[in-house]
Formats: sequence, C-alpha cells, structure tokens
Amino acid sequence: MTGKQKFVLSRIILTAVSFVAIIIYAASREINLLIFLIPYLIIGYDVLWDAVSNIFRGHFFDEKFLMSVATIGAIALGEYPEALAVMLFYQTGELFMDIAVNKSRRSIDSLMDIYPEYAVVVRSGKELRCEPGEVAVGEEIIVRPGERIALDGRVIGGTSSVDTSALTGESVPRDVAEGDRVFSGSVNLSGVLRIEVSAEYGDSIVSRILELVESAAEKKAKTENFITRFARVYTPIVVASAVILALIPSLITGMWSDWIHRALMFLVVSCPCALVISVPLSFFGGIGAASKRGILIKGSVYLEQLAKTDVVVFDKTGTLTYGSFDVIEISSKIDKDQLLCLAATAEYGSNHPVARSIRRVYKKQLVAPKNVEEFPGKGVISDGVACGNASLMEHLGIKVDEVVATGTVVYVARDGKYLGHIIVADRVKDNSQEAVEGLHLLGIFTVMLTGDNMAAARAVSDVLGIDEVHSDLLPDTKVAKLEEIEEEVGSEATVCYVGDGINDAPVLATAEVGISMGGMGSDAAIEASDIVLMDDDPAKVAEAIYLSRRTLSIAKQNITLALVVKGIVLLLGALGVPGVGMWAAVFADVGVSVLAVLNAMRCMRLPKNLTAPTEE
Amino acid sequence: MKKVYRLKNLGCAHCAAKMERAINKLDGVKCSIVFMTCRMTLEYETEPDINEIQRIIHKYEKDCDIQ
Repeated sequence: MTGKQKFVLSRIILTAVSFVAIIIYAASREINLLIFLIPYLIIGYDVLWDAVSNIFRGHFFDEKFLMSVATIGAIALGEYPEALAVMLFYQTGELFMDIAVNKSRRSIDSLMDIYPEYAVVVRSGKELRCEPGEVAVGEEIIVRPGERIALDGRVIGGTSSVDTSALTGESVPRDVAEGDRVFSGSVNLSGVLRIEVSAEYGDSIVSRILELVESAAEKKAKTENFITRFARVYTPIVVASAVILALIPSLITGMWSDWIHRALMFLVVSCPCALVISVPLSFFGGIGAASKRGILIKGSVYLEQLAKTDVVVFDKTGTLTYGSFDVIEISSKIDKDQLLCLAATAEYGSNHPVARSIRRVYKKQLVAPKNVEEFPGKGVISDGVACGNASLMEHLGIKVDEVVATGTVVYVARDGKYLGHIIVADRVKDNSQEAVEGLHLLGIFTVMLTGDNMAAARAVSDVLGIDEVHSDLLPDTKVAKLEEIEEEVGSEATVCYVGDGINDAPVLATAEVGISMGGMGSDAAIEASDIVLMDDDPAKVAEAIYLSRRTLSIAKQNITLALVVKGIVLLLGALGVPGVGMWAAVFADVGVSVLAVLNAMRCMRLPKNLTAPTEE
Repeated sequence: MKKVYRLKNLGCAHCAAKMERAINKLDGVKCSIVFMTCRMTLEYETEPDINEIQRIIHKYEKDCDIQ
C-alpha cells in the first residue's frame, strides 16, 4: 500500500468507528448536524475540495462533483447518516479500486519482466558491466549461467543451453554452440557464452517485443471505443434524468424531499468508471497472457477479431511442415550428380525453401550464375538452365515427363531441352496435428493453401485432417484465394491466415488477421503480420484463439454486470422501492468497478490445460 | 514523429479518456493514452508544446505528471 492509500485507510477506519459511535449515541437523543459533519469532513474533505476546484477549471459532472452534490443534498434533506455512509462507502470503494488497479499494473509489469538489467562487455581485454543500451554492434559480451542474454548475437565461444521461455513460451531449453544465433531476453542455463553482438539493444528482440506489447493497447478494440463513446453519453443522460426526477414528479405530487432523494441516487450511479476501466484492462490482460506464451498480439483490435475467427487458413510449407525438404528422388537423362549441380547452381540466389534444400543436399561449393531471371511461384532461369515446376516448363514450351508424386517436383532443363527432375518432400511438423485438432475443438474450419501440386498437398492435409485444400497457387493467387474465402465467410466472422512470413508477406498483410510463425529472427514476418508466434508451433494458433475468446467473454461479462446492476439500481431507485437507498447506488458505482477489475484480472491468468483448449 | 511519455499518478480511467479527447483537439496532434500502462503516445509533425499538454492533463487530474 502506498502512503496515500494508508492515509485514506486510516481516515476510513476513523470515520467508520465514529459513525458507529454516533449511531449508538444518537439512538437516545436528537440527531445533531454538527456531530455528523465532523466525520463527514474527515472522510470527504478531499472529494469536496476537488469538486469545487474542478468547477473552477470548468469541469462539471466528474464523479467527485456528483458524489459531493449527492451527499450535500442528503444533508440538506436531513439524511445525515446516509450522507456519511455514502461518502464512507465511496472512499472505501475508491481505495479498493486503487489497490486493484495497482496490483494489476504490477502483474502486467511482471508479465513483461524480461528486461535484461545489464550486459558484461569485453573492452580492451577487460570485462565491463554496463547498461545493455551502451553496447555497440560487433562488440563481444560474456553471459554466465543464470544470466539473461542482453543483446541479440551469435555465439563465438562456449556451448550451453538457453531458456527461451520468456520469448517463446517454449519450456524445453535450446542447445547452442559456436555459430548459433541467440536472442536477448533468453536465459543462459549451463555454460559460459561469448557472444558477438549483432543488434543494438533498441533493435534487439527483447526491446521489440516489449515495445510491441506495450503499444498494442493503443490499437484499441471496437468494444473499447464503444465503451468510451457510451460513457460520454451515459453520464449526461443519467444526470439529466436525475434533474427531471427531482423536478417533475415533485411539482405534481409536492413531495419534494422524497423525489430529490431518489434523484440524488441517480447522481451516484451516473459514473461510468467500471466500464471504462474494466474493458481495456481485460484486453490488456489477454495480450499480456498471450505474450507470456510467445504469442505477440499487435493490438487489442486484433485480439477482438481473433475471437470471432471462423476459418483458419494455413500456408503449407514452413507452417504446417518444417519447410526443410529432403530430396527423395532424382530421375535424370544425364549424370544424377550433374543434374543436382545444375539445379543447385540455378537456384543459387533463391531463398525458397525448395531451393535451399537442393543446395543443402548438393553440399559442394557452387559458382554464382551470371544471368538470373526469377519467376515467382514457378521457378528460375539462370544462365540457360531452367529449374522449376511444370508451369515454368509449360511457359517455356518444354515437354516434360508426366510425374505423379507426393512431393514437390522440380524439373530441370538446359537450353530448352528437358534433362530430368528432382522430387523433394517436406516433413509435417510434430505439432501440426495438434494444431488442427485444437482448432476443430474450437469449432473452426481449417483450410490449407499451397503452391505445390495436389498430390503433395493431399499427402499433408489427409494426415492432418484439414477440411479444405487449394493447391497449385502462386503468391498472388494465394491472395485472391484468401479474399475469396473471406468473401464467402462474410464480414461478421474473421478469417485468419497463418504463414511463415518468408515468401507470403503479401498474403499476411492482406489477411483480416495475419499470423506469422517463427518471429524470432524474421523482421519481415513481424512487420507484415498482426499476430506473431515467436516459435514454430502451429498449435499456438488454437491457443491464441482460445485466449482471445476468453478475454472477449470476460470483457462482455463486465459490460453486462455494470449495465445490469446500474440499471436495476436506477429502476428500483426511481420507483422508490424501500430499502434501496443511496448505499445501493454506491455499490452500483464503486462496488461494481472493483468486481469488474477483479474479473478482468482473470484475463492475465494462463489456463491450466493449454493443450486441449475448450470453449468457455 | 512519434513520442511516448509516461504519466505518473494516472488514477482514473475515465479521466484518461477525457484527456485523450482534449489533447486530440489540439492541431496536428494525435494522442493515445493507455490507462493500464500509463503510457501516452503523441504523433505529430511539428512538436506540440508539452507544457500545454501538461496543463490539459492537470485540468482532469491535478497530480498527474508527464515524465
């Protein structure tokens, strides 16, 4: 508790004690204004003072003003105990609220407790402990077991295992040795590591994650904006009804004090705080919980859209499969090794997973080709060697053997003459099955898009149980296909696209919600997508959707709770139901706020069973 | 330009929304205040008078300071 909170608490206790004493004392005597006024001022002087000074600054209708008017009104009506009780409850509620907000701010901070505090840099042979921000690219840092790696870099000495759970949510430590990339924010577990820094602190993964999560709340969700707009009209309407309630029935019935009393209740209920605070808190908690699991959501608005997901569209290569191909067959009219050499040389500069795996299989040194022409989604022609799929060969008018295979077929031709083909096949990720099952459990339809042929696509989708498959797509037809699916689904529900961000950045960017995988190390993926999965686990998609649905349902619970309680109290108050006094109004105001904040804090907790998410 | 400030003693969510709206009325400034993180993000082309913004904030919460 802060000093300010302790001070308020002691005033609350003092007032509560004197309140009880006065009630006992007043039971046998006539009620005296002065005896009530002293504790009333002890508990309420700051509220009254703020209300007055706010009026001078041109702000009416803030909650302090409303509370002051309500209690002074009650005093004027001779309801001294009620005035004191309302002020007392109000301050108690505010105190609880303050404590709850502070607590949730602290738990949010702890969710983001991945800041490295210092770095040990080697300068002119000496080890120097300094702020991570002071280390430059190319410098060497030393990380001992138990320490957090402060900056992104490459291991230049030592072997160890590192815990990346703060970044990825993955609890199994990763082994690293010389030459491996390591990321800031992970914790070194066993051996001493010497690391050459590859990015300044501000560009390091840990800074980027924190920046992303903290600024995520700025992209406010529709629900949030709705609530803020609602609050703007809610207060004036309730205050206006209070005035009407005080005047019109009184003029008709002449029972002024009764109706003014009812109107004062309205003033107490008119504060929209419970709504305004609990909705953003729910969203922020949800984003925080997701980030703890290595799911970075770039804005509350995406969290909200994610919750409405009906269809998840996966890219195949690199997303559901490892994207690392093995050559399973070479059929050639020339020497097989020579064919592989031609293909590897032709694909020299390509970043496509198929190209990379052909180069990997060839292993030997390559000479860079001079003239390279790339055909996105088809293949490449370098120095007269054409290397690509059937549609490239068709484009070049080269006749090839008809090949039916469950892998990706790469045809090789030189100077317009067909030489042979290489079949490469990918391996399905261990978690892909779980990913698809998880989505089906949530009632979500799954689609797979791929540039591969139907046979290769079926080989993957049949194993995983994917509902719909579209094959033989080019990067731009993938975008068109996705738009087609979005059209079909309609604007009410969301279509998520999941890709690796390497060669499908345009698709990620056009998707309603673009989810990229393996965010560690790929800037393009982080840029283009709305949600980043830090590790390669496609099962995190279902988890993210589950968390988003839970968050949205908690936010909706809070909205309903606040509106229903306030509505009931307003109704009962207006009808003058006996027993529904101003205390009920105070509960509808601060009591509901506290409940809503406590409920919203549930969003921050991670569900126990993450592997089998179910509907809440 | 985009600049992030921290707001100390930001105590009331509704006030934060009011501040945000008032600051957004300034010429050429886009403001976003997040109550939970106590962060105020200003986007502008010419830097606004930060004292003016502080004054607006004080109007709604008198002990809330820009850091």
